[in-house]
Amino acid sequence: MLRYTFHILLILAGGLITWMAYEEMIGLYTLSVLMFMGVNIIMSTSLNLVNGYMGEFSCGHAGFMCVGAYVSSILGVLLFAKDKVFGAPLLDPSLAIYAFPFIVLAGGVAAALAGLLVAIPSYKTRGDYLAIITIAANYIIISVIENLGVIGGSRGFMGMKRVINAMEDVAYLPWMPIWVFLFTVFSVWLLRRYLSSTFGKGVSAICQDEVAAEIMSVNTNKIKTISFMVSSGVAGIAGGLFAYVIGYVNPGSFNILKSTEALVMVYLGGMGSLSGSILSAVLFTLLLEALRPLQIIKWVVIPLLLIILMQFRPEGIMGNKELGDMFPWLKRFYKFK
Amino acid sequence: MTQTQTHTNTAPVLEVRGLTQRFGGLTAVNNFNVTLKHGELAGLIGPNGAGKTTVFNLVSGFYQPSEGDILVCGSNTKGMKPHQVTGLGVARTFQNIRLWNDMSVLDNIRVAQHGRLGYGFFHAIARSGRYRRREDEVEREARELLEVFDLLRFADEYPKNLPYGTQRKLEIARALSSHPQLLLLDEPAAGLNSADVKDLIRLVRWIHGRFDVTIWMIEHHMDVMMELCEQIKVIDFGQTIAEGTPETVRNHPAVITAYLGDDNI
Repeated sequence: MLRYTFHILLILAGGLITWMAYEEMIGLYTLSVLMFMGVNIIMSTSLNLVNGYMGEFSCGHAGFMCVGAYVSSILGVLLFAKDKVFGAPLLDPSLAIYAFPFIVLAGGVAAALAGLLVAIPSYKTRGDYLAIITIAANYIIISVIENLGVIGGSRGFMGMKRVINAMEDVAYLPWMPIWVFLFTVFSVWLLRRYLSSTFGKGVSAICQDEVAAEIMSVNTNKIKTISFMVSSGVAGIAGGLFAYVIGYVNPGSFNILKSTEALVMVYLGGMGSLSGSILSAVLFTLLLEALRPLQIIKWVVIPLLLIILMQFRPEGIMGNKELGDMFPWLKRFYKFK
Repeated sequence: MTQTQTHTNTAPVLEVRGLTQRFGGLTAVNNFNVTLKHGELAGLIGPNGAGKTTVFNLVSGFYQPSEGDILVCGSNTKGMKPHQVTGLGVARTFQNIRLWNDMSVLDNIRVAQHGRLGYGFFHAIARSGRYRRREDEVEREARELLEVFDLLRFADEYPKNLPYGTQRKLEIARALSSHPQLLLLDEPAAGLNSADVKDLIRLVRWIHGRFDVTIWMIEHHMDVMMELCEQIKVIDFGQTIAEGTPETVRNHPAVITAYLGDDNI
C-alpha cells in the first residue's frame, strides 16, 4: 500500500484541481498559474536531461517548444476548427477530445525531429561550441516560422480556443487543466523511466567521462541522439500545451529569453535532479507571479536572485540529489531512482 | 561468474599487422606487429613517449590507424567505433583512472554492460518483460562481479571516495564486466605503493586464471612484468626493438640502450 501512496496522492491532486476548476472554486487566474506551472515543469525537467544529466549546455530549448507549439496548433485548427486560412475543419469537431493527446504528441514528435538539428552536430562538438549551435538552432526555427506567411508569420497564429470549445461542447469539463496535468505527469514519468534504466545511465556516463563511456561499450552517438530527441520532444509537448493554454502563439514568445527561463529553472533546481527541476519550476512560476507588481523591475530582481544563488549555492536547491536522498523517509513512499 | 562467450574459433585473440600511426610529421607507431594467442599474458614496455599507449588506443579503436590492420578474434576493426571494438571483446583500463565518479560503484559496473544490454529506449520506457529480465541479470551479474573482487561492501559508495588502489581494482572489474576476450591494462601499477603493487600482481594473476581472458599490459614496474608476463615486447620511438621472455628482454643490448642510453656521446 505504501508503495502506491505517491500515485494515490497524484490522482487526488489531479482530481481536486479538476473538481475545483469545474465548480469554479478557483479563479481563472489561479488556474492559469497552475497550468503555467505544469508547462514550466515539463520545460525544466526536459532541459535537465541535456544540461544536467548529459552535461551539455543547450540554450535553445524554446526553439523546440516553438516547433511543438506550432505543429500541434496548426494540426488542431486544421482538423477541428473553422479557420480563415484553412477553411472548414477536416474532421468532425466532436472528435477533438479523443484526438487532442495525439495532436500534442505529434507536436512533440515534430520537435524531437527538430532536435536532430542539435543532436547530429553533438557527435563531434561539445561544451561551449555546442551551446553556440543550440542558440543558432533556436534562431533558425524562429526565423523560419517568422517567414512562413501561411501560418501568420511574425503576427502569430490563433484559433486554438475553438478547438477547446469543440471539446467543451462534447463534455463540459475544464479540459486544459486536465490535459496539462496529465501531460506533466507523462513527461516526468517518461524522463524518469529513461534516466533510471541502465540504458539511460549511459547519459550520466557520457557526462562524467565521455571517453570512458565510449570505451566501455556505450554507443555515445546513439545515446546523444536519443537524449536530444527526447529532451526536445518533451519540450515540444510543453510548447503545444502552452499554445493551447494561451490560445495564441507567435514566434517572438519562443526567443532566447524563453530559453533563458528554462535555464534558470534548471540551475535553480539543481542539475541532474528531476525533483529539483520540478520544485524550481513551481517556485519560479510562483515567483514570477509574486513579483508581478514590480512590473518591469521584475526582470532586474529575478536575474539578481540568480546571481545570489550562484554565489551562495551554485549547485542549486537540490544539487544533483533527488528528494529521496535529502529526506530518506520519503523513499518508503516512492522509489526515486 | 561464467563467461557466456566461449572461445570457439582458432583465430588469435589479437593480430596486429604493420600498424603505423602518424600524427602530422611524427610517427608514433611504426610497422608494429603482434599476435596474442588465447590465454596469453603479455607485456609491452618502452621508455616514456615510445608509443605504448598509442598502440593501446589503436587496438581499442580510439584512433584509426594510418596504416596496417588490427584483427580481434579474426575480425578486422577497421572503421569501427570504440564501442564496437569493445563489443568484439576488447576491454581496457586507463593510465589515469577514468571511473564515472558521480555514479555508484554498482552503477559503474552496470553501465559497462551497456553494449550487451539487448534492449533499447522503448523497452526502457515500457518496462517490458525483456527490460525487467535484463535489468535483473545485469544487476545480479554486477553484484557477483563485485563480490568476487571483494568490492561488494562499496556497492553504494562513489568511486571518488575510495582509496586509490581500490579505484584501480574497480576499474579492472569494470573492464571485465563487458566480458572481454582481451584485457588491456595501461600501467595498472602507476601510483601504487609497493604493498599495493604486490596485491596487483596477485590480482592480475588471479584474473588471468579465473576469467577466460587474454591480458596485455603496459607497465613501468619491471618487477611486475618479470613476475607476470610470458612474453614482453619492447618498443622505442614507435619501433619494436626487442621481444621475448622477460630474461631475454632484460639482457637485450637494444633495451639497455633505450632505457639507459649508450656509451658514445
